[in-house]
Amino acid sequence: MRWLLVKDLQILRRSPLLTGMLVLYPIAIALMIGFALSSPPGKPVVAFDNEVAPGKGRIRIGNQQIDVASFAQDLLSSIQPIRVHSQAQAVEAVRDGRALAAVVIPASLPGQIEDLITQGVGSPTVQLYLNTKDPIDKEFVDQAISSRLTEVEQDVSKRVLAVAVDDLQEVLDGGSVQILGQSVPLLGLHNARTIVASTIAALPAGSPLRVALRQVVGFADLAIEGLGFASPVLGSIGTPLTVDETQLAGATTPTDAYAATIAVIVSLMFVTMLLAASMLALERSENAYSRLVRGLIGPGRLLSEKVLLAAGCATVVTLAMAALVSLFVHLEWSRFELWVVALALAGAAFGALGVAIGAVTREVSAASLLAFLISLPIAFIALVPASAVSGSVKSVLDAVAFVFPFRAALEAAGNAFSGASPGIALPLVHLAALAVAFGLLARLALVRFAD
Amino acid sequence: MSTAPGKASSSVPVASAATTLAARSLTKRFGARTALAAVSFELVPGELVGIIGPNGAGKTTLLSILAGVLAPDEGELSRPVTEIGWVPQQPALYSKLSVAENLRLFARLEGLADPEAAVARMLEQAALSDRADEQVGTLSGGNRQRVNIAIGLLAAPSVLLLDEPSASLDPRQRERLWVFILALAKQGTTVVFSTHNVAEVERYANRVLLLADGELLFTGTPSELERAVGGDPRDFEAALLGFLHQRGH
Repeated sequence: MRWLLVKDLQILRRSPLLTGMLVLYPIAIALMIGFALSSPPGKPVVAFDNEVAPGKGRIRIGNQQIDVASFAQDLLSSIQPIRVHSQAQAVEAVRDGRALAAVVIPASLPGQIEDLITQGVGSPTVQLYLNTKDPIDKEFVDQAISSRLTEVEQDVSKRVLAVAVDDLQEVLDGGSVQILGQSVPLLGLHNARTIVASTIAALPAGSPLRVALRQVVGFADLAIEGLGFASPVLGSIGTPLTVDETQLAGATTPTDAYAATIAVIVSLMFVTMLLAASMLALERSENAYSRLVRGLIGPGRLLSEKVLLAAGCATVVTLAMAALVSLFVHLEWSRFELWVVALALAGAAFGALGVAIGAVTREVSAASLLAFLISLPIAFIALVPASAVSGSVKSVLDAVAFVFPFRAALEAAGNAFSGASPGIALPLVHLAALAVAFGLLARLALVRFAD
Repeated sequence: MSTAPGKASSSVPVASAATTLAARSLTKRFGARTALAAVSFELVPGELVGIIGPNGAGKTTLLSILAGVLAPDEGELSRPVTEIGWVPQQPALYSKLSVAENLRLFARLEGLADPEAAVARMLEQAALSDRADEQVGTLSGGNRQRVNIAIGLLAAPSVLLLDEPSASLDPRQRERLWVFILALAKQGTTVVFSTHNVAEVERYANRVLLLADGELLFTGTPSELERAVGGDPRDFEAALLGFLHQRGH
C-alpha cells in the first residue's frame, strides 16, 4: 500500500493544475469567508433628495421640538447617499444604475407630521424608489432603509407620547400654558377638587348646592384616578419590548465560527471526494486496475489506500485553511488535537463515499463530475435549517443528512473549533460508522463493476 | 502433432516434467452464455502459442482466466496465477510516471527481492535504458507496449501472456516487438498470445489454439491446421476459415 501511496503522490505532484486547484480552492474559500466575516456590512448607494427647506423642518408640540432634519441625518447614516435636488433626479439616478434606490423627503413632511400630531389626520409619507432588476439588491436596500425609517417612526412616537404624558400631568397637577406669548396659569384637577371640597365645607349644612358640588368632587376623584393610571400606561408604550434570552441547550457555535466551519467542511468534502473518486477511477482509465488486483494488491487494500490518500491530503489542506480562517475568526487553538481528529475522520468518511463513486465509474472525468454533482445536494440538505421545513419533509431531510457525512462532519468540526454543543464523541462515532459503511459499499461496487 | 480438444474433467491438472502450465476444463459463463467451455491444454517451455478465433470466440476470456483477472466457473490451472506474467492489450501503465518509475513500482508491488536490479535488467532487455526517465505518456505506442511487456516480465515468469500485443502498432514497431518476443521464447519463456492477425500466427507461433464460441476446436502447428483442411498449404487464412466452416462455425 505504501508504494501505491507514493505513486499517487508522485502523480499528484506532476499534475500541477489538479494539485493547484485542490490547494488554491480551499485557500480562496477561506480568504473569502474571512474577509466577508471581518468586513463591516456594506451600505447601499441611495439617491437622497431632502426637499424640506433649511430651518423649516422644526415642529413644536407642547414643550417638545421635533427636527425633521435630524431624522434625515439618521437615515443618511445607514446609506451611502448621492445628493440630488429633485424627485426627477432621484428617479433618474435609480434608472441609470448610479443608485440602488432613491429616498425623497417631500417639503410637506413637517406639516404632515404636525397635522397628524395635532389633529390626528393624514399619514406622513416619505417616497422610496427601488430598483427591482435584482431581487437581492432590492431586498438589501429595502431592509436597510425600512429598518432605519421604523426607528425614526418610533422616535417620533416617543416624543409625541412624552408631550401627551406631560400635558396629562399638567391637567392633574396644574401648571402653566403659553397662549399668545403669555403664561396663563392652569389650575389642575387636584387643586380644583381641593377648592370645591373647601367650598362644600363652608356651605351651610342644609344648602342645596352641597349635593351638586359633591357630584363635582366625585367626578374629580374619578378623573384623577383614571388619568393617574393613564400617564404611566402612555409612558410605557414608548418603551420598546425587551427580550431576555436564556439558552438552555448549552453553548452554541458563534455565527462567524459556524460560517468558518461550513467553509472548512465544504472544502474538505470537495477535496476528499474528488480526489478519492478520481484517483480510483485513474487506476481503471490507465488500465492498471486489473494488473493490480491479480495478486499484487487486494481490492480492499486498494480502496483503503485511496481513502488514506484523499483524507490525508484533505486534512492537511483544511487544517491550513482553518489556521488561515483563525486570523479573522476566533477558533480554539487549545483544541487543536480535536481539529485533527475531527477533520481526519470526516475526511475518511467523505473519502469512503468518494471511492464508492469512483468504483462505479471507469473514467476520471466521469468520477469527478459524479462526485461534484453528489456533493452539492449533500451539503445543501445538511444545511437546511430545521425550522425552515415542515414535519414530514424535515424527517426525510434528516434521514438523508444522517446517511451522508456532511452534518456529522459539521458537528464534529464545530465542536472541535469552538467547543460548541453537542459533544464531539457522537459525531466522531457517526463518521467512523459512515466510513466503514461506504467502504463496504465501494468494495461491493468495485467487484460488481470489475473490468 | 495436432491433438483433439480436451474433454471436461474435474481432476486437478497434473503437469508433466516438461510442462510449464497445464489448464484443465476451464469453463466460464456470463449469465446464460458460455464464454469458455471446458478448455484444456498444456504448455511447454519456450513455446510460442497463438490463440486465434473469430470475435467472441473466448480468446480474451481464456487469457483473463490464465492471468487471474477472471475466476473460472469450473476448471483449474497447474500454476498459481501470480507466477504467470501478463501483458494486457491496452498498456497498463501510469502515464505521469517515468519508464523506470513504472517498472520500480510494479517490482516493489511484486515483492521482488531486489527491485532496482529487476528494473535495470528490464530496461536493458527492452532496450529502454535511454528512455528510463521519460514519462510514459510521452512515449510512442511501440515503446509503451515494450514497457507494458517489460512489467509483465519483471518477476521473470516462466509463462508470459500477451493479449493482442501488436494490435495498435505500425509494421516497424510490430517487427521490433516480435524480435523481442522471439528472444524471450529463445531464452525458455513460454509465450502465449492472442491475435486477429493470422499472418503473425503463421509466421511466429509454434502452436495454435483455435477457439470458436468458447470451444477449443484445434491445437497444433499452423501447418497441421492447413493439412487438416486439405486446402492450399500456402494460404493459412483460407485453411483457418475452411476449418471453421467444416466445424459449423
